[in-house]
Amino acid sequence: MRIGVLALQGGYDPHARTLACFPEVQVSLVRYQAELDSVDALILPGGESTTIGKLLVLQGLWEPLRKRISGGLPVFGTCAGMILLSRQILGSQQLILGLLDISVERNAYGRQVESFEAEVEVSFSPERLNEKAPAVFIRAPRIIAVGPQVTVMAKHEGTPVLVREKNILAASFHPELTDSLEVHRYFLNQVC
Amino acid sequence: MSDTLWSQRQKATWKTKLGLAEMLKGGVIMDVTTAAEAKIAEEAGAIAVMALERVPSDIRIQGGVARMSDPKMIQEIQASVSIPVMAKCRIGHIVEAQILEALKVDFIDESEVLTPADDQFHIYKHDFQVPFVCGCRDLGEALRRIGEGAALIRTKGEAGTGNVIEAVRHMRTLMDQIRQLTRTPKEELMTFAKNIGAPFELVMEVSQTGKLPVPNFSAGGVATPADAALMRHLGAETVFVGSGIFKAADPKRMAHAIVEAVANYQNPSRLAAISTGLGQAIAGVDVRQLTDGQKLSLRGW
Repeated sequence: MRIGVLALQGGYDPHARTLACFPEVQVSLVRYQAELDSVDALILPGGESTTIGKLLVLQGLWEPLRKRISGGLPVFGTCAGMILLSRQILGSQQLILGLLDISVERNAYGRQVESFEAEVEVSFSPERLNEKAPAVFIRAPRIIAVGPQVTVMAKHEGTPVLVREKNILAASFHPELTDSLEVHRYFLNQVC
Repeated sequence: MSDTLWSQRQKATWKTKLGLAEMLKGGVIMDVTTAAEAKIAEEAGAIAVMALERVPSDIRIQGGVARMSDPKMIQEIQASVSIPVMAKCRIGHIVEAQILEALKVDFIDESEVLTPADDQFHIYKHDFQVPFVCGCRDLGEALRRIGEGAALIRTKGEAGTGNVIEAVRHMRTLMDQIRQLTRTPKEELMTFAKNIGAPFELVMEVSQTGKLPVPNFSAGGVATPADAALMRHLGAETVFVGSGIFKAADPKRMAHAIVEAVANYQNPSRLAAISTGLGQAIAGVDVRQLTDGQKLSLRGW
């Protein structure tokens, strides 16, 4: 299974290192369309969503990416990656893919000094409810509304932080900055 | 002797500090002096801005003591953009750093570009919630700053010159020493640490991992898209551009071009297109004409 990590800007290295822990996975960094065409699934990492969005357009990746995700490409967005997938950003006209039916507020938890680590409870399946997982939140976006087709898999202090809609998984935190492989394992086994 | 790496034993907030540094990889951080410039930088695709009163080339020309910026200017810039805002404090100036933390800047640069406040000691950066970036010219200086708590390292280059030669020298020196360390047998590591003046445990870690325990960026003298791509080629994960943008004839175009160049640094035909028709870059200085007293990179201990 070839899993791509969008590597235009941001936290692609920690995702690539996490994926490298799975023997069945071939990791490939995606910067150009030929690389996008060759992957079976894709991770959109954290970073600056304004920068990544602009670079997706400059690289000619915006439409191909939208088409592939709409066509069912399994995709996992963390932090900025989640912002790019979302349908709406509070008070912003920033370019987004609009494929995941959630509304988000950027930097809603505050500036960097308010970044934090927490333990969140994730429900991976009806048999695996409320499993504790470490989470790192960095200048994190907040999910302020979710559509009817969206499953909330984890909350932190009442706010959704891990959601899924069909082939799209998204987290407002960074599982790739922790030692836990569980969220990535879920993506590889249940979404891909 | 602990069998875990130094990085794995750091406090909880280390992960959030290092995490932000990781998120800044693969981009361009631009010096800005006003909210209007910050907007231009954000619009061009900068991943963060460095708020300061004078860009380094003006500090060089105007002289005098260069200090932390007026909080009013920093707050105006914070209010105008959604990307992270960094600001500089003087080397060793604990109180300027505390003020910047109180302003909730996203990163503090304890910077040789400002006039040092302490000629022997740097700030103990682990005491702060906000992450720090510091400059280095070689591996010893990088590991001393990381030992003090810097979550991000940038090679210094020679700020405000528009001349990339010192940035290249510092990055090559750093990367060469890291490569050398990975081939050094264990029994030689203590003497290696002594010779470069670096904490032993960090020397141990780099010898095992072959990279710094924090991201490694580049600064000082980048003037063109090709310069920025060169620094990535030599190992920089992100590039700071100071005077190079707003001292160019067309700052907006230069800013866009440098952002695009950093993302396409391995693609010469794209770089050719990106570099075309940008107008005059910053004039630049021959660093061989500078006396040691005029070299900002020699500040730091």
